[in-house]
Amino acid sequence: MIELDRVGVTYADAPAPVLAGVDLDVPEGELVLVVGRTGSGKTTLLRTLNGLVPHFSGGTLHGRVLVDGRDTRTHRPRDLADVVGYVGQDPLAGFVTDTVEEELAYGMESLGLPSDVMRKRVEETLDLLGLADVRDRAVADLSGGQQQRVAIGSVLTTHPRLLVLDEPTSALDPLAAEEVLATLQRLVHDLGLTVVLAEHRLERVVQYADRVVLLPGPGLPVVSGAPGDVLRDSPVAPPVVELGRIAGWDPLPLSVRDARRLAGPLRERLDDVRPPAEPVPQGRLVAEAADLVASYGRVPALAGGDVRLAAGEVVALMGRNGAGKSTLLKTLVGMKRPAHGRVLVDGLVPADLRASELLRHVGMVPQVPGDLLYAATVARECEQADRDTGVTPGATLELFARLSPGVPLDRHPRDLSEGQRLTLALAVVLAARPPLLLLDEPTRGLDYTAKHRLVDILRDLAAGGHAVLVATHDVELVAEVATRVLVLAQGEVVADGPTADVVVSSPAFAPQVAKVLAPQRWLTPTQVAVALAEAAVTP
Amino acid sequence: MRAEHLPRFPRALHPGAWWLWAVALAAAASRTTNPVPLLLVLAVTGFVVAARRTSAPWGRAYVAFLKLSLVLIVVRILFQALLSSGAQGPTVLLTLPSLPMPDSSGLKLGGVVTLEAVLRATYEGLQLATILCCVGAANALGSARRLLRHVPGALYEVGVACVIALTFAPQLVTDAARVRQAHRLRGRDRSGLGALRRLAMPVLEGALERSVDLAAAMDARGYGRTTDAGRSSRRVTATLVGAGVLGVCVGVYGLLSGSSPDWLGMPVLVAGLLATAAGIRVGGRRTGRSRYRPDPWALPEWLVGGSGVLAAAAVFLDVHRSPASFFLASVTDVPPVPVLATAGILVALLPAVAAPPTPVPVAVAGPQADRSGAPRGEVAA
Repeated sequence: MIELDRVGVTYADAPAPVLAGVDLDVPEGELVLVVGRTGSGKTTLLRTLNGLVPHFSGGTLHGRVLVDGRDTRTHRPRDLADVVGYVGQDPLAGFVTDTVEEELAYGMESLGLPSDVMRKRVEETLDLLGLADVRDRAVADLSGGQQQRVAIGSVLTTHPRLLVLDEPTSALDPLAAEEVLATLQRLVHDLGLTVVLAEHRLERVVQYADRVVLLPGPGLPVVSGAPGDVLRDSPVAPPVVELGRIAGWDPLPLSVRDARRLAGPLRERLDDVRPPAEPVPQGRLVAEAADLVASYGRVPALAGGDVRLAAGEVVALMGRNGAGKSTLLKTLVGMKRPAHGRVLVDGLVPADLRASELLRHVGMVPQVPGDLLYAATVARECEQADRDTGVTPGATLELFARLSPGVPLDRHPRDLSEGQRLTLALAVVLAARPPLLLLDEPTRGLDYTAKHRLVDILRDLAAGGHAVLVATHDVELVAEVATRVLVLAQGEVVADGPTADVVVSSPAFAPQVAKVLAPQRWLTPTQVAVALAEAAVTP
Repeated sequence: MRAEHLPRFPRALHPGAWWLWAVALAAAASRTTNPVPLLLVLAVTGFVVAARRTSAPWGRAYVAFLKLSLVLIVVRILFQALLSSGAQGPTVLLTLPSLPMPDSSGLKLGGVVTLEAVLRATYEGLQLATILCCVGAANALGSARRLLRHVPGALYEVGVACVIALTFAPQLVTDAARVRQAHRLRGRDRSGLGALRRLAMPVLEGALERSVDLAAAMDARGYGRTTDAGRSSRRVTATLVGAGVLGVCVGVYGLLSGSSPDWLGMPVLVAGLLATAAGIRVGGRRTGRSRYRPDPWALPEWLVGGSGVLAAAAVFLDVHRSPASFFLASVTDVPPVPVLATAGILVALLPAVAAPPTPVPVAVAGPQADRSGAPRGEVAA
């Protein structure tokens, strides 16, 4: 289906090629997972498959890309539209029309298919993807999972042989992600479609993959093979694979189910060892919200929540999309005044504070960290933050260099990687040393390495006396860093307790390690590794 | 008989029919300052919108336009009464303190306010307000965006550009609000030029990125694949369509202005229409696009569009026969009631029953249908 022959890509004005010497042969009907760190060229590889690289992006393509026998050198993306369906990172950005049905028909209209064929295929696709209920709705009003399915459906109607998806689940909550992945698996198994997808959150997809292509970064050869083999030495690996490496399992488990079947002996070994009890921080009360009620017009958002945050805590705020997480953050930072109830941060009402005072008491990194940034270079951004907060000149830059070393200071903030941009926003917000720090969905688009960095940073901040509240869907991040978990549903707090208590028994929020080792209360591979090492020293 | 011919069968009417109806009424309103037909047109549009608007976001457009028109009338009265020195009448309502202004400026500030001036301003404001409300009714009844789907193949690119602009404009507003909120987080509470620049940078960069994403997605989905025609054919199309549209504009102006020579009206309009049609035909041949579920143009569309055209025709004819009852010589007299025009405008009420009702989603309609119609035994079985 796909033949890549010594493919290399060099963008205009780039000093080094993004990809070099990639050989790849993908037979029909496989689900191929492309993994690698941020900036390793995953998106570029995917875009060569339908000719967006180089026809749309510019740059030079070496070697040859054959898709279903068509050479992308002579075929532009539009000429491949009936063979390759391409779904980009943000489905909303790719929608051309405004209702679901028209969006599904758009590709077919471009190909000039007759109207009766279109009619039939739209109905079939609506059923295949479970979108019949929302056929007349505006695409902008759909949930994230539905939007992603519409995006997939909109390329499926042209009956492509190959489906290419760039991070299809990174913006979704765990259940919406399952929805999309189940759809993909059905397409591979029932329709024999070939699927190529890139994803950071391996724990979600690796179990479905027939083959993994690892892009190790510039200068190193591409590795391709069965998932178990490739992940054995991969720098990026899901927690279940890390646990397998620690326990020395062979073959490496890829899913919770595989691991659970291998985990009997490990559970016995860990039986007498207790997971390290998380020290419960007893800091001073930094923020307190009582009986919060808020709504947007006729849409209810918060229906009476009580939240208390103490210094030294990292609290995770979980719940499905629309459960009120963002609204809670907004009331804490004074962007939204609750209709009823009381919010106190540092003993002050945040909505009453002037912005210049506010940032001394509470800082927030929004879902799109780039919103905070407007200068042309990293250095100037930091100088601006120094001036805004009145700290000694250079302090912000120093902080940023500590959080994310080795970033060129003349770089434009938009050209940074997701992780670097997040740390820049974090540095800017932290410059005024607010005792309360809020993060909204910080791990979107972060690879495992960047996520580990974030975990270290958040732990340091908590140790330094900050109270941190993280709204997130990322259960593995929660397992790594949170001391306490709050679960919101329909604007109410439905669970509030130490991480292990809340997540271990939950089907949606349990991290992989907890699922493998339940009923024991382990959360991360690191915990297990440390416990095993200690048990070996003191038998 | 096919379902689309039945006025009772719920479906969305062709947006073109609504726009034709509304534009015809607006044209009728543009020919008179007599408040009787104007108020009648207002009432007709309001009634039809109340009967047939959709629950979609644009369904609320009429109220917005109505509010705007009221503001417009008030502003018009204020300007006429307070500022204009010409065309005041003998009936003094009140005298305001005035500021002396040089005579040559043609302006006054304050001074006498007469009944005649206020009435004239009201009638003229009412005319503009009525035209605005017609546009509002068109927006509320037929989505402008759906109308753009009916742009002929030759103008397809223009149509796509308009649709994207319609999507991006509200997106820019939401982005700007989000970025503004984010700036509060950086401790900036001052506004001014610097704040505007800091707002513009991320918003415009975001918009640019989104446009590039959209262009990539459109390319990947086959946009422009079948429209590769020779340069000459494209040029012929552009010339014909451009000249045609210009002709239509001049023709419409000639028809509506009432004071231009006769040859500027109908003949130029027809020539323009012919040129446009030819251009669209030439251009349409080169696009290999097909259209998914085009809105049908059936009996209800003919009735709706026709009723609007009939109303406009009646008003135009009446104006031609007795101009005095449409442009009042003395504003203080009780305005006359032109019979033919009134009858014509009342015909435009037809869409309130002739247009199909707007459909509701099946899940919502189900239980209601059970309650009203189907025998219980059938449902249980």
